[in-house]
Amino acid sequence: MIRLGVPSKGRLMEKTFDWFGARGLTLERTGSDREYAGRVQGADIALVLLSAGEIPRELAAGRLHLGVTGSDLVREKLPAWQTRVEAVAAMGFGHADLVLAVPNVWVDVDTLDDLDSVAAAFRASHGHRLRIATKYHRLVREFLRDHGVADYQLVDSQGATEGTVLNQSAEAIADITSTGETLRANHLKVLSDGLIHASQATLFRSLAAPWDAAAHAVLEELRPRFV
Amino acid sequence: MISTADRARAADILAHFRDAGAQMFEADVLQPAGALLDLYGEDIRARAFTTTDPIAGEMMLRPDFTVPIVQRHMASGAAPARYCYAGEIFRRQETDEGRPREYLQVGFELFDGGDPAAADAEVFALIADVLAPWSAVPATGDLGLLIAAVEGLGTSPERRAALRRHIWRPARFRRLMDRYSGAAPAPARAALLDRLTAETPEAIVAEAGQAVGQRSVTEVAARLAHLAQDAAQPPIHATEAQIINALLSLDAPLAEAIDPIRDMAADLPSLAPAANALAARADALARRGIDPAKLPFAPARGRSLMEYYDGFTFTFSAPNRPDLPPLATGGRYDALTAILGGGTGVPAVGGVVRPGLLKVLP
Repeated sequence: MIRLGVPSKGRLMEKTFDWFGARGLTLERTGSDREYAGRVQGADIALVLLSAGEIPRELAAGRLHLGVTGSDLVREKLPAWQTRVEAVAAMGFGHADLVLAVPNVWVDVDTLDDLDSVAAAFRASHGHRLRIATKYHRLVREFLRDHGVADYQLVDSQGATEGTVLNQSAEAIADITSTGETLRANHLKVLSDGLIHASQATLFRSLAAPWDAAAHAVLEELRPRFV
Repeated sequence: MISTADRARAADILAHFRDAGAQMFEADVLQPAGALLDLYGEDIRARAFTTTDPIAGEMMLRPDFTVPIVQRHMASGAAPARYCYAGEIFRRQETDEGRPREYLQVGFELFDGGDPAAADAEVFALIADVLAPWSAVPATGDLGLLIAAVEGLGTSPERRAALRRHIWRPARFRRLMDRYSGAAPAPARAALLDRLTAETPEAIVAEAGQAVGQRSVTEVAARLAHLAQDAAQPPIHATEAQIINALLSLDAPLAEAIDPIRDMAADLPSLAPAANALAARADALARRGIDPAKLPFAPARGRSLMEYYDGFTFTFSAPNRPDLPPLATGGRYDALTAILGGGTGVPAVGGVVRPGLLKVLP
């Protein structure tokens, strides 16, 4: 039986249920609100409710056949993600941009080229590399490497990342934003070419899961509804 | 997996290096992460395994022997020396499932500024000798030429420094060259530059809102002033830009590369000493029985091998096996010794062999 993993909480879960509902698959929780169990009506699919952050790992391990999570999380958590999962459908909600932001007062900095140049000068005058606070280490590191930015260091920030500059524990940040409100409130601006990844909720297929003939048939029957 | 046969082969190569006069060098598998991060930047995290000791802090599983060997040599007085070593190297593989995370390296490093050309030839010939049974295919380069050319460009010291800093990042180096030579448009900051003609940098910064973070408003204002100066810089002269392009694309037998580079030095005199060093190396290689007429040479080769190669570079590849990494790599890293030696450097050249790759060859 196909195992479908979906986020267990909040708006992401509700929107996921709606998305499948609009495509003729009724997802529902069973038991109490607090019990992470569910079922799918109308298809031979087992529903698994779990944290969106764990879904990439479960897909990569092949313990889920299908999973709904942010495209940012898959790219961050799975090296060479295209070799482990297939993006079946972009679901059109859960939009969030991973962006690189610097203080507003850096009027001399608008692009990654500027950031690179400032990083060299900053290291020379401060004796340490320019710190970028983030929890998206892989995505940010690959982005900066591909754009030839050097002399920076990533500092881990698992929350309130926008505040790290104000608190002097970083010079710049890379974080998810949807409206930019928190960035502005913390005196930060996004670099004009600082969009690292435009994320949205995405239905992924595990390439490692046991796709027997029955599971395969179920997916192929559903696939036209997903695209 | 490292096999018993790999270790035996490593021991043979190591014995060869010891016979060539090298003293044994040992380095811990666990290396402090700080020096490696300072040197290679954040990218090293993608290549090296990181772990944490509760007292010593962040550590890395030895991603190379170069850093510990240079550190120890510089701390020990930096007298001329030859070192050899053999041991495991650990590399994370983020994209290629099939590549080993752990493999043996056997290396030879020569610290001696007396005769750099002879030192280059000694290391190259020694490794060529070790790999002779496998018909390894050599290729050479010389990043000293590119560096010397950049240092002679008729432009601002800031632009030369920016190019120098990105010698090892080909894409960004290209972008900077295109911009500085007028081949690509200048950054779109007309509005800012307009303001700078009417207002002081300090006034512009003061209007930008609350200052946050460690980068001070003074630093921002200083860069604004610098941007205004840089916008007024004339483009790098076309002849000089062509010389950089020619160096980047030149690929010829070593013996045939020397005259064209000497011709370039007529237009860009900063190249002359590096061209002379290249000719001296060709002679030194010839004295060791390596024919410069048959040795492939491309100045820019080795740019992506290891950051901090700043002179001679070389690789030896398995014949007809483009799928394999090089069997051996090496080069000159004079500047690295100064960085790790606290300012004073000593000319150094070295190379490593991967015995584990030899088992798959006939």
